Amino acid sequence: MSAGEKYVAAAYGVFLVFVLVWAAIIATKLSRLERETGELARLARARTSADQGDG
Amino acid sequence: MSITRPSLSALAAFAVALAAASVLMTFFVAPEDADQGLSQKIFYVHVPIALTAYACFGLGAWKALRLLLTRGERYDLESYTGIHQGTIFGALTLVTGSIWAKASWGVWWTWSSNQLVLFLVLFLFYCAYFMLRFSIEPGPQRERISAVYALFGVALIPVSFFAIRLASDFIHPTVFTRDGPQMTGSMFAAFCTSWAAITLLAYVMYRTELAGKRTDVNLRDLREALAR
Repeated sequence: MSAGEKYVAAAYGVFLVFVLVWAAIIATKLSRLERETGELARLARARTSADQGDG
Repeated sequence: MSITRPSLSALAAFAVALAAASVLMTFFVAPEDADQGLSQKIFYVHVPIALTAYACFGLGAWKALRLLLTRGERYDLESYTGIHQGTIFGALTLVTGSIWAKASWGVWWTWSSNQLVLFLVLFLFYCAYFMLRFSIEPGPQRERISAVYALFGVALIPVSFFAIRLASDFIHPTVFTRDGPQMTGSMFAAFCTSWAAITLLAYVMYRTELAGKRTDVNLRDLREALAR
């Protein structure tokens, strides 16, 4: 591999790595949001059950 | 007549197709530069990333202006997300530019080029935006101060963009002159495809990040409501 090829590969590689890291961060965030939404849904269901029990 | 916004997944698919087309055009259609050789191919990724960074900073400033004019809370998050994207693309501009500089000039960085130094100033200015933003308690005051700062930064964009034309002692190449782009038709087509792909990719990232941040805010509000 020539020096020019190495630099071109590095420049495009940096951009590719950035896109992959971004996708990984978004995937992590999505799983956190899914977990938190699940917790809130459980909390809401428990509250609804308690309200019905009181009524 | 209402204009429906294309779905995020359709835009993402189109961005990937454009990116693939731009890589094909860059390496198989556009000819090799007679002066710089293969390393000139970095131009097709470096310049579109830089232009996208400017566009993201501009978007952040536009949303900041909308916030100041209308007091709409949603613009704060939109402005912040635009500037966040701009800073990421700004960092990529500096990294890919350094690689190109090393390949073409033999140095990673030079302080003698006004274009490079002014872009670094613009980048650092927007890095400071985050320090300012997170040093203030969330609320209307933070929204307004962040918006004013974002608007000040946008003044640096034309200075940075035109510095290359105003300076006389630069080594940074000038591709777009008053006579049009200084490249062949196929080179220009490859550049435009790459620019469209990276701009669309940035827009998809902007909308995805914004959706995530809005969901975060909604979840926090929901959690507070359920805790009562």
